[in-house]
Parts: sequence; structure tokens; C-alpha cells
Amino acid sequence: MEAYASLFIQAAFVENLALAFFLGMCTFLAVSKRVETAIGLGVAVIAIQIITVPVNHLIHRYLLADGALAWAGLADVDLSFLGLVSYIGVIAALVQILEMTLDKYFPKLYNALGIFLPLITVNCAILGGTLFMVERQYNFMESVIFGVGSGTGWAIALIALAGIREKLKYSDVPVGLQGLGIAFIIVGLMSLSFMGFSGI
Amino acid sequence: MSETRRVLIDPLVDNNPVTLQMLGICSALAVTTSLLPALLMCLALTSVAAFSGAAISALRHRIPNNIRIIVHMTIIASLVILVDQLLRAYAFETSKQLSVFVGLIITNCIVLGRAEAFAMHNGVGMSFLDGLGNGLGYSLILITVATLRELFGAGTLLGYPVFELVSNGGWYQANGLMLLPPSAFFIIGLLIWGIRTWRTQQAEKPEYRIHEVHRTEVF
Repeated sequence: MEAYASLFIQAAFVENLALAFFLGMCTFLAVSKRVETAIGLGVAVIAIQIITVPVNHLIHRYLLADGALAWAGLADVDLSFLGLVSYIGVIAALVQILEMTLDKYFPKLYNALGIFLPLITVNCAILGGTLFMVERQYNFMESVIFGVGSGTGWAIALIALAGIREKLKYSDVPVGLQGLGIAFIIVGLMSLSFMGFSGI
Repeated sequence: MSETRRVLIDPLVDNNPVTLQMLGICSALAVTTSLLPALLMCLALTSVAAFSGAAISALRHRIPNNIRIIVHMTIIASLVILVDQLLRAYAFETSKQLSVFVGLIITNCIVLGRAEAFAMHNGVGMSFLDGLGNGLGYSLILITVATLRELFGAGTLLGYPVFELVSNGGWYQANGLMLLPPSAFFIIGLLIWGIRTWRTQQAEKPEYRIHEVHRTEVF
């Protein structure tokens, strides 16, 4: 149990996907202008991350990894080179399914998330989470925890940045630094402060 | 000719994918702790961008509009798998350092963004050049950041010592912060500031203008 808790803390704070591995930066900077939209996107990312990491884990373990097809009597088949294309396919399909389910059963939430749901397919934090799971060889339970933790960490960072940028609108920033430039400096400072979590 | 040159040269500074279009930032930050992986990453991304542009442009009349993203993803993912296998075959050590970031070229917004914005409406040759140009614009930023970080963070370039370190009896005290994630954000932020001071038309308009009188009232 303790190992899972520390894995969660590590995935959410110490190795924050956005601030330590720079994943999902494009959306991170584009969608962090208002807190409301940031919360919407953050929730969507957490939801997708919780589903995709474990599902991709199962696909990796029982279909693609070296010797994974042993259960089908094909012990020396290694399909791991097909990894990238199958993971992105799974992500795109899951996003599509989630979109349709939400549209049918939770139209309110669906409308709140709006354009962000389909955009999640090309968010590298999602594919990055899956690839880290494969590289670090997590087992099934660990991959669930890692999915929850990394999604939460990304959402926290996004919402925090949106809060700062909302206040920033009223400050007097030099012309060339306006917008994207100052956003980068702020993310740098946030990343510095998140490094403080590595002492936990 | 001038059209060709514009497509190729424009993305270097005037329409740079990283600093102006805000695309492909993830990997621009992650692989820049030293120069060698950054160079390999540039090579990988530029070739994927160029060839995927050409491939998508060649198929553009046959791709049904409502499933185009999935078709793009499949084309790009296949090219990335090729690049990944090549890197593993010929540069195994460095490809280990790049870890997941080669795979993440699939979701690199430069590749997908150019496919959507350019390759779907232009011919094969032009799309190839557009991919090449944007790849080079990305490489320019990546190489600048990587050079700064490796030089000041470790005193070396491509692994060869440039500044003699204090620990080796030299004069340069290595700045460890340069090798940590925050410095990448700072360097790109300052780089954007520099480019936008040089090319003032790129600067963003402030959302609120602070009134002159108001400011004197405060003090």
C-alpha cells in the first residue's frame, strides 16, 4: 500500500508530466488562459489517463511484448515494434468512445468539455504516460496508480498556471515578453517549485 | 522560385513553429540537456515532418474528411516507427537517452499541424519543402537551447570539454541548474523575448492596457 502511495505522489508531483518532462506543453500553454476551461480539460485528461494507461498495459503485456503471445502458442513472436501505432490507435478509439458515452449519458459534462475531448488524442501527456509505463515496466496495479497520479499532476499544474495567468492580465509586461514569453518564464518558476517535492 | 524559397525559409524565424506558432514545444524542452541527442531529435523530426507532408499531400484527394485525423496519425506513426527502428540500429546509446521522446514525435503538433494546415491543400513537392522548413525552424531553436544548456551546464559541447571545469583544475564552475527542467523554460522564454524584440510584428497585444493616469495615482 505504501509503495502505491509513494508511486502516486511521485507521478503527480515529483515527476510531474508537464513540469518535469514537458509533456502536453502545447495544450498546456494554449488552454491555460482561463481557470474554467483549464478545469474542464484537466478533468478530461485525468479521465482518459486512468483508462488508457491500464488498457495499453494489458495490450503491451498480452499482445505486443517479447514472448507475450505465449498464451496463443506463439512464444517467439515479438511484436513490440508495433507498439507506437497500436497505443495511439487505442488512445484515439478510447477518446472517441468516451466522447460518445458522455454525449449520450452525461450531456452536461460533454458540453462543458466541448472541443477539448477530441484534442486529447494529440496531447502528448497521454501517449507519454503510456510510453513511460512501458519503459518502466509497471505491473497492472502500478499502471492504474500511475495513470491516476500523472493525470492528476498534469491537471493541477494546468489549473495553477491558469490561475496565475488570469491575474497576470492586469500586470505591465514588456511588449516582447507579452503572452507566450512570460508564460514560459512562469512555467519555469512553477517547475522550480515543483522540484521542491522531490524531498518527500 | 521565390514561392519555394518562401515556404522553406519562412519557418526559420518569421513563422517559427516553436516560438510563434507554439507547436512542438514538449520535445523542444525535454531533449536539450546536451547537444548530441538534440541533433538526433532534429534529424528525426525533420525527416518525419518532410516525408509525412509529402505522403499526406499525395493522398489528400483520397482521404475522407471526417476520419482524416486517424489517417494522418497512422501515416505519421508508421514513419516514426521507421525512424525509431533506424535510430535503435545505428545510434543505440543516444536513442536510449531520447527514451520516449522519439515515440512522442507522433503527437508532436508540428507534424500534425503542418499536415492539417498545409499538406491537405498543397502539392507533394511543396508539402515536402514545408515539412523540411518547419523541421529546420524547430531544429534551429532546439540546437540553440541545447548548445546553451550543455555549454553552461556541463562546460562541454558534444561531449568535448570547452570550458575547463573547476573539478578538473580549470576555471569554470558548472551551473547545474542549466541541466534541470526549469532552465529550459527560462531559455525559451528569453529566446522568444529576444526574437519578438527584433521582429516587433510578432509581439502579442496586451489584453488590458493599464491607464497612464491610473499608474501615477498609485504611486
